[in-house]
Parts: sequence; C-alpha cells; structure tokens
Amino acid sequence: MLKEKYNDEIAEILARYPVKRSALLPLLYLAQREQGYVTEPAMQEIAGILKLTPPQVYETATFYTMLNLKPVGKFHIQVCKSLMCALVGSDQLIGWIHAKLGIKPGGTTADKLFTLSAVECLAACGTAPMMQINDDYYERLTEDKLDHILADLRQTGVSSLKTGPFMWPEPSGAKS
Amino acid sequence: MPKHEPILLKNMLQPGYRGSLADYERAGGYQALRKVLGKVSPADVTATVMKSGLRGRGGAGFPTGVKWGFLPKDYQGPRYLCCNADESEPGTFKDRQLIERDPHQLIEGIVIACYAIGAASAYIYIRGEFVLGAKILEQALAEARAAGYVGKHILGSDSTIDVWVHRGAGAYICGEETALLESLEGKRGLPRVKPPFPATHGLYNKPTVVNNVETLANLPHIMNRGAEWFASIGSPPKSTGTRVFCVSGHVARPGNYEVPMGITFRELIYEQAGGMRSDKKLKAFIPGGASAPFLTPDHLDVKLDFESVAQAGSMLGSGGVTVMEEGTDMVWAALRLMEFFYHESCGKCSPCREGSSWLVQIMRRIVNKRGQMSDLETLTDLCKNIAGRTVCAFGDAEVAPIMSTLKHWRHEYVTLIHAAEAANLIRPEPVGTKQ
Repeated sequence: MLKEKYNDEIAEILARYPVKRSALLPLLYLAQREQGYVTEPAMQEIAGILKLTPPQVYETATFYTMLNLKPVGKFHIQVCKSLMCALVGSDQLIGWIHAKLGIKPGGTTADKLFTLSAVECLAACGTAPMMQINDDYYERLTEDKLDHILADLRQTGVSSLKTGPFMWPEPSGAKS
Repeated sequence: MPKHEPILLKNMLQPGYRGSLADYERAGGYQALRKVLGKVSPADVTATVMKSGLRGRGGAGFPTGVKWGFLPKDYQGPRYLCCNADESEPGTFKDRQLIERDPHQLIEGIVIACYAIGAASAYIYIRGEFVLGAKILEQALAEARAAGYVGKHILGSDSTIDVWVHRGAGAYICGEETALLESLEGKRGLPRVKPPFPATHGLYNKPTVVNNVETLANLPHIMNRGAEWFASIGSPPKSTGTRVFCVSGHVARPGNYEVPMGITFRELIYEQAGGMRSDKKLKAFIPGGASAPFLTPDHLDVKLDFESVAQAGSMLGSGGVTVMEEGTDMVWAALRLMEFFYHESCGKCSPCREGSSWLVQIMRRIVNKRGQMSDLETLTDLCKNIAGRTVCAFGDAEVAPIMSTLKHWRHEYVTLIHAAEAANLIRPEPVGTKQ
C-alpha cells in the first residue's frame, strides 16, 4: 500500500495544490516508481486518497504514454523516431538495438532486462540520434557508444555516457 | 566569441558556470527582482513588458504584456501563473537548456511575472521526460526558498509567491495552454473550447497566465535593462529581442543559437550552424517546429522574425529550424511528421482524430508505392477539412507538412504514384493499427 509506505511524501504532494485531483499524476508516478508500472490496486488506492472514482483515475492514466499499465523491462529503452532524429539515423539505431538485443519496438528481452519502444520527439533534435533509458538521456549515439552503454547497464546498472545538464553546442573551452 | 551578444545564454556560456544560486547571484542574478519588488507597481511592470514588445516564445507569438493585461483588474480571489515547460514541438530543444543550465534565470522571471499579475502560486509544467530538468528545478527552488527569493515574505516584503514543479507524463498536446491546465488539474489533456480564455477562466477556473520558459527567462533582463533596450534588439517594432533558435537535421553544427530576431535563415544555417554537413546542398527546411510549413532554398534570405516568416507562408513558431539536404525524400519526411501528429492527436475533435489516421494511411501507401493519383486530391480535401475545424491549433499544425510538401514537391508524390502504377500495385493497404 502506498499510503503506509509514503505517507509523508503523499502529504507533501497534496499540500502543493488547492484541489486534490491535481495530485493525480504525481501519485501515479509514485505508484510506478514503487512497482515499475501502475497496477490496478494502486489506481484504486489513489482514487481513495483523492476522493475520485476508479474510472476517473483510469481515464487519466490511459491518456499519458509515460505511465506503464503493463510491466516493462528493468531498462526501458525509448528511441526517438520523429523526423529530426530520423534524418540522422534513428532507424539505424533501432536496427542496432534489434541486432544486439533481439527485440523490436514493443518487445522485451527474455531475461526481462530490456524493453524497446520507438517514441515521438524527446526534445533532443540537435544531438540526434538519441534514446532515453529510464530517467536518462543518451545523445549523439554511435554503434560503439550503444555497445558501451548496454555493457555498462548490464554490469552496473548505470552508464557514465548519460547526458548531464544539457547544452549544445558546448561553450568553447569546455571539455567535450 | 559569438558575433551577437547573447542575453539568455550569456551566463551559461561563461566557463565554469554551473547554474547554482551563488553562480547566478555573482552574474548579477536576482537584482531585477530586488529592483522591482515593492518598488515598482505591478501595473508598471506590465507596462514595461508591454513596451518592450516581448512576444510569447512558445509558438503563437502573442504579446506577453497584453496577455497579462487581460486578467480581470478587480478580481479578489486567487490567480495563477503556469510556466509552460512542456517542450515537445519536434525540432525544439531550447527550454531544456535554459532549465538545466540556468534554472534561477527562469525562477527569477517566474517570480517577477507572479508579482506583475498578482499570483501567489506558480506551477512549472515540465514534460515528464525531463527528469533531470525537474530535479535541477527542484534543487534551484529549494535554494531560492532558503535565500528568500521564493516563498513567504519574499525579500522581507509582504509578497508571498510559491513555485512548484509539476511533471507531465508524455503528451504533446499538453503544450497547448488549455490542455496544460486540464492536465495540471489531474485530467486527460484535452484542450478547452475558447472563449472563455485562461485570463478569466484558467487553472481551477481562476484567472491564469500561461507563459513559455524562454518568455519568462527574458523578464529579469527587461526589468534590469529597460523596455527601450529590449525593444532596440532584433527586428523592431514587431519582433523584439533575441530568440534561441534550435537547429537540427543535416547541418555541420546542430544546436541552440541565440541571435537577434531579424537575421536571415542563411545566416543562421550557414554562419551559426556551420552550413551543410556534407557537399550536398540544402533542399528544404522547417522554420519553426513540426507545425510550421516546409520552406525551400528560395526562402533562405527570409528574415527570422514573426512577420517575415508568416509572409513567406510559414511561421516562426517555437524556433525549431530543421534542415534537410538534397536526396531527402520529402514524402517520407512529411509521413514521419504525420505519424507524429497521428500519435499525438488527443482525440477530442473528430476532424483531427479521424483525419490524422486517414492521412497516415494514405501517406504510407504512397511512400510504399501503392498510391494512386486520386490520393492527392483526397489528401488535399482531408487537410482542408481538418484545418480550422478543431478546438485547438493542432488541426492547423498537423496538415502543414503534407500541404507544404504537396505545394513545393508535388512531383515527388507523382513519381511515387507513377512507380505504383507501373508496377500495378494500386490497391489500398489494410487499415493500419496504431503503433
């Protein structure tokens, strides 16, 4: 149950808004953080907290693509396939991932480690091709970089190749 | 050194600038707020912004001061400011940089805007994917609260202004201001029918202003250096100030470039972004995000200001400039953008919901060399019945790629259809499912 485990955090979220329903997306995120996806019991509990009906929670949850209503792999790879990325090789990137992990968009590896999704614009058009894995962006990708990132994630769960505070082009004199 | 004096990117271009409160204060940050709070009346702040000529940087280009002026003067209840950080227009990636590299510049702008419109609460609606950006904003807000720039009794005055970060969850339409409000209220992000406008019936049905990140980030500079200074930059009187243009596609140096409005596309693409990435010549460019009609090499000397781009048959929009080289298949390019709009249509209005699906199917069969000549008429007919017939501007936006490529590169559509005819493959594909 979310309420027992996250009582303080829930109270802090509710305090931000004069109307309870505004806390719906933050609470759905909380549920997703807890279980990897948004479960039906979680939606029912959130409905109770916000004094909504379960269908009100469900109709909102189904509108937003970032809320997973089904389990996904430990690492959710989202490759931007919109035009700006496609111009400089996002289809190729999806091809590399397919070759390396054996999954197409929508698929999850048998070991439940990786899920691949092809998504629309992630606002990194100047540093394409790019992908988001869980919370992190990875940009200006090459096949070598992809190998490096996948190996890092398998070994340690994190990769140093993720983007930090974004700026492109970088200021002159900064290390690249 | 950049040829043009940067305003918004100035701090972050300094070596070692990390965007912390100390960095920002050292660079003169929060001086505008000190100068304004309790010393300049809210009405005078609005008048200054009006006089500066600042127009919205999110896409529509509406004059910011005028927008503020629409709030009811005598209303006693709560008012809200929403910062639109739902940057999702394909081709646009400037707000991300402004947020992650200089968060206090935005926060100072937000507090000044709140003071001007009399709002005690502001919500920064940031797209869900910007996890790092949201984290950086939260940290910066904590610093600003501790230093008395945000929260109760700001700088010892009787002004209370609190600012919250609210994450979206992956829906392009939530960048539309009334859809943003619906989403912030915990609902599906469906645009509202206007009027009434957010100025009178916005968040929780209260008077509300929704401003883009880049718009708000300009405010400290306008209050510091004056409306006349700002109005002298760019392409006055109608397009004042700089814009952070996002250049993507087949250029040598893609990225964010802040230049005064009114320079030409040629200058932006060939001088700032280093020209084309290879020997291949420029074939087409999108001047203002995916919603803006495509332009051709003949338009390279068009000025980057609101009026000039509109006159050329497109729009300056969000400032996302995407460049395509010779050899790019324009029908394929239009299909890629159409797939985006199909995926992001919120489903509220029938012409857009049904039309986007129909448009994608026809475009797919043309690209797959299964089209027929009458498809071109159907495309045009559909586009004409979507644009202007929806609650929000999404309908106008989604037909832009097809209409403009049909206008400038109709022969490419015809070639694909001739190939289909020659191979005798003219039959409709089965109805596709959503990806």
